[in-house]
Amino acid sequence: MRLGLVIDLDVCVGCHACAIACKEWNASGTTGPLSDYQPYGAEPSGVWFNRIRHYEMDEYPNNKTINFPMSCNHCEDAECVTVCPTGASYKRAEDGIVLVDQDKCMGCNYCSWACPYGARELDRSSGTMKKCTLCVDRIYDLDLPVEERQPSCVLTCPAHARMFGDFDDPDSAVSRTVRERGGYGLMPELNYNPTNQYLPPRSKPVIPIDAKPKGGLKESIKQFANKLVRR
Amino acid sequence: MHPAFSVIFFTVASGAGFGLFSLLFIADVFKLGGGFSREQLIIGGLMAMALIVFGLLSSTFHLANPKNAWRAVNRFRTSWLSREGVFAIVFMPLALVYLASIWFDAPQWLRETFGFLTAVLAWITVFSTGMIYACLKTIRQWNTPLVPANYLALGYASGSLLLLLGAVVSGLDTMPYIAMSALILSIAAVLKAIYYFWISSPGLGPTINTATGLTRAKVKLLDTGHTHGTFLTQEFGFQMARQKAGLLKIVVFVLGFALPGLMLVWVFNQQGGQAAAIVAVVAGIVGAAVERWLFFAEARHVVNLYHGAQRC
Repeated sequence: MRLGLVIDLDVCVGCHACAIACKEWNASGTTGPLSDYQPYGAEPSGVWFNRIRHYEMDEYPNNKTINFPMSCNHCEDAECVTVCPTGASYKRAEDGIVLVDQDKCMGCNYCSWACPYGARELDRSSGTMKKCTLCVDRIYDLDLPVEERQPSCVLTCPAHARMFGDFDDPDSAVSRTVRERGGYGLMPELNYNPTNQYLPPRSKPVIPIDAKPKGGLKESIKQFANKLVRR
Repeated sequence: MHPAFSVIFFTVASGAGFGLFSLLFIADVFKLGGGFSREQLIIGGLMAMALIVFGLLSSTFHLANPKNAWRAVNRFRTSWLSREGVFAIVFMPLALVYLASIWFDAPQWLRETFGFLTAVLAWITVFSTGMIYACLKTIRQWNTPLVPANYLALGYASGSLLLLLGAVVSGLDTMPYIAMSALILSIAAVLKAIYYFWISSPGLGPTINTATGLTRAKVKLLDTGHTHGTFLTQEFGFQMARQKAGLLKIVVFVLGFALPGLMLVWVFNQQGGQAAAIVAVVAGIVGAAVERWLFFAEARHVVNLYHGAQRC
């Protein structure tokens, strides 16, 4: 079983709801609480597992805003696991989720140096590294109804831009959508083989905004009439 | 990368300590300059070990959760940081056995065997320290074999200057020690120059297009999604002005290589032996510290591609 997320860049509106939901779910649980630094102060900052960045693709007038949520990609060849000296960073064999054992981590930051996606952050109050857990405490929680056994970010997204599933199952929703839409992993040249896939923005024809003036005798009479009549 | 002073002190001190110990063994085996006395070898060996221990202790200061530091040797099979810890720990008793074999006038074969093992282990440990950085594919400036080569060269360079000071203080014939220092300093300077040349060209690496997967057009950062800094911007956002980096590289070559080289000439010409040797040691170590600071400061982690950089 290879669990992961699919994020649809064509649909994401950049509302940050998934980031807030993640932060709220992880207020306690396996890795929580996530520290806030100066939350009501001059320079608010904090530990977040899910961050949405915004990019501009192409140049005006053909530009487009792409909203880019990023969290841990739970890579197949996760170097963050390889470099960890204490063994705190590990990848589960049963579902491929990469986790940090909070009892073993010594906060050396080495795993964050190895992660190209910036998934790992140091929590200054616990002194340990924290990252997206793929809501491992939600997806296996039998006290939750079946439809809620998904990561908080997936459940929250109002635009349905996030999907969760098993990539090893070729008929799962995530596998199908990646095949159909041409999903991709980030920075493939580093050979980390990220599990999370991103769906590219669709190529849609641009809708013309300015009405082009039409020629012809009928059009000229219409324009003349429109100028005469005061509405 | 944000340069952490505890890590800079650790790598410079432990590199110098391992270099000094290895070269001390060589000086002992070949009785260079007439050969150190028993007491002088013990003092030199203990000083080298003190440098290594202080360096290792200082490296624990950059840990956010030091109570788990003992676990750092757990992943010897995969992590270079673990390997470096294990090799450094195994070095200690072997080095003590070597020093004991000197103190108790053990048979030559025993003394030389343990000395050789210790020197090899010192080499492997400094190599592992360099590999901690060089194995990371996320930092182009570090992902080159020149990094462990430079860690070794600079460690031996600092060690050779310390050994020269020891030879001057002990009243030995300094000729072989000057020659050894001159050779190691020259090699280290050349390797450093090659490294700076190598990382100055952009090379093939991830770009903002491959980082976002949006390869069909120009991509530019609009908003990072946070109004103030994050762990990532604090740890990886440090960037040096190119002129300042150039100036610091000049400092590295002048302080780290040229000035000690000049002092070597002065010692050779007997123009103020001990003072010149002390200046050489201080300049060499300060130069190595500046080099290590630059090593961190010039590193650009690929996560910067998500924070506005176009290419790394």
